[in-house]
Amino acid sequence: MTDATFAGAQARQTVDSIQTSYMAQVQRRRLYGGLTLLIFIVLMVSGFTVADDRNAGGFWDGLHQIGDYPAEVLAEAWEKRADLPALIVKFFPALVETINIAAVSTLISAAAGLILSLLSTRGLARWPRMIPVFRRSMDIMRAVPEIVIALVLIFVLGGGPVPAMIAIAIHTAGALGKMFSEVAENADLKPVEGLASTGANWSQRMWLGVLPQVAPNYLSYALLRFEINIRASAILGFVGAGGLGYELRNAMAWGPGRFDEAAAIFILLFGTIVFFDQISSRYRNRLTEGQNA
Amino acid sequence: MTAADLSLVKSEADALFSRKRLFAFGAPAIILAYFVYIFFAFDIAGLTQRANWDNAVTLASDSWSYKTHVTRDNRSGEMSYAVEGERKGAYPVGQRPDWVSGDDIITIDLGGDTIVRLLPDQRTEIEVPGFGLIEAQAEGRNITTNLPDDAPDWINASNRRVAITMPEGRVTITGSKTEVFNYFPGWELFWFTFDSPYHGHGVFEILFGDRIDPTRANITGAVSDWWNNAMWRHKDVAWAIGETILMAFLGTMGAAILALPLAFMAAKRFAPVMIVRAVTRRLFDFVRGVDALIWTVVLARAFGPGPLTGTLAILITDMGTFGKIFSEALENVDQKQIEGVASTGAKPLQRYRFGVIPQIVPVLLAQILYFLESNTRSATIIGAITGGGIGLMLTQAIQTQKDWEEVAYYIVLIVVMVMAMDSFSGWLRGKLIGRKD
Repeated sequence: MTDATFAGAQARQTVDSIQTSYMAQVQRRRLYGGLTLLIFIVLMVSGFTVADDRNAGGFWDGLHQIGDYPAEVLAEAWEKRADLPALIVKFFPALVETINIAAVSTLISAAAGLILSLLSTRGLARWPRMIPVFRRSMDIMRAVPEIVIALVLIFVLGGGPVPAMIAIAIHTAGALGKMFSEVAENADLKPVEGLASTGANWSQRMWLGVLPQVAPNYLSYALLRFEINIRASAILGFVGAGGLGYELRNAMAWGPGRFDEAAAIFILLFGTIVFFDQISSRYRNRLTEGQNA
Repeated sequence: MTAADLSLVKSEADALFSRKRLFAFGAPAIILAYFVYIFFAFDIAGLTQRANWDNAVTLASDSWSYKTHVTRDNRSGEMSYAVEGERKGAYPVGQRPDWVSGDDIITIDLGGDTIVRLLPDQRTEIEVPGFGLIEAQAEGRNITTNLPDDAPDWINASNRRVAITMPEGRVTITGSKTEVFNYFPGWELFWFTFDSPYHGHGVFEILFGDRIDPTRANITGAVSDWWNNAMWRHKDVAWAIGETILMAFLGTMGAAILALPLAFMAAKRFAPVMIVRAVTRRLFDFVRGVDALIWTVVLARAFGPGPLTGTLAILITDMGTFGKIFSEALENVDQKQIEGVASTGAKPLQRYRFGVIPQIVPVLLAQILYFLESNTRSATIIGAITGGGIGLMLTQAIQTQKDWEEVAYYIVLIVVMVMAMDSFSGWLRGKLIGRKD
């Protein structure tokens, strides 16, 4: 009897100690969580204050002006709504140029990314010792924002679609190369070995052994990039690389009186982005689902 | 298997093969045709004419070298010496580079036996090895030279302006001034400008040597002179990079904070009312479809140029993307954990906090950190449009079309910044949710 009581007391003691240590742990976790949250909030608030200070116009003054410019544009566009279809037709070639820049750069960079990814994947690489070199060069290509290359090339080649195309292609090749290489790492090596046993050379092994396995994922990533590149090519146009962005800058420089042009360009750009967004997401779903099935 | 079956299989296989063959030849043919179309649409053939290769040469050589200008005012006879011909890089009065000598006759040794002599009466003599002595005289607005009419193509001479480009340097003579450019590799005055007492002193001397400027300790003085270097503007550059990272950080985090509650409203499981779901989803599509470019343009009108505008442009665009990704993640949460939490009597908010959030946190964090890196690049681009951060400094440096060494410096900094953010976000992701690879 006494034994049992003793055992019970001991058990209660263990439970108590477990409970206190658990509570202490919870306390510590809460403290750390709270501290992290506090640091995060301080960073956000102070960052916001700094950004607000260094901005030309303040946040609270500007907040109620957000609607002004769109309202002006919309009002003027509505006034001249009869001209809109004509303007859309007028800017259509610029839109085609923007899409062309995105398409060509995606095609080129998909080809370059394909080769780079195979060269930098362990197990598939042609020269295994060169893997770090290719990886580093892809990192650098990925890190260079398009606008940097575009601005430098505009200085050399003059304005137009080619600088934008090259700039986007270089950045995209790095980005796609990394994504492609992650896919290729998971590829089954048996077909490659089988092909090697028949005496196939490296390019034949890759073309017939690896590509069929990774093609759906590669295509899906390339489509995603195409979508991103349309946006990028519109932005680069704004700094002088042709296409819709260039027309937008010109229309904006005119100010009131030409807002109908700006509105037409906004409509074209918005429509294009949504259109290609939908198409690419539908095809990407089909590509990745088709693989799982 | 009968013969009929076999022939059916055969014909099916044949059809499959011909389809594949068509695709295998058709797809490359279409791409090739598209490239041919692009060749003409982008006028690639005309590119060689439009391209300005002189610009390319200037760019390539200026980015890793600098030139020191020796200028004589041909009206007053006054001499000036300046790095890159800028006032900020001018030699203090009474000092000049050691390759310049003489008082009445100023001799400039460009190296490689190329010697320029600035003689009194606005006369200039240039000794070019393998060519001979070139003499030039500026009188009023005219220049007379001893050059033959069929001068080689590195000499560009008219009676108003003479420009001579030699491997060792360049000389231009006009009625108003004679300028000699001497080229050196490197980025001159990167650490200290001439007006700093620390210019020309080595690292060792500054760290351990005697006090160079009697009023300041060596290290603080050197750091402050470097920080306020007027030529390379290290302080402004640091601020600009800080602004760019700030835009990326505030934009990404703000977007995530706003998108999370909205994502609940867009997910079928948490928002049974169809209309709420549809409205939220269309909102996401809309802010994503109105590209960052348009948001930047619109917001710049309201807030003026600066980092806040860039922050808000990133915030609004990414809110749409995050909302979409988060709501997809929310659709895929496991119901069992929510039921488990509910069985303890948890209220709805607690159910979300302890049943849902822990499940989606890894997806959320991975996306947020990935976007933090990619937004550093976007912030550079948006900064170039809206006027803030390192993007603006880069565009300004490119537009002046002469400070290519600064352009190269900024490009290096941008690449390093993006790569640093990349490895930082990768490291943080590894710490927070465990490394996947």
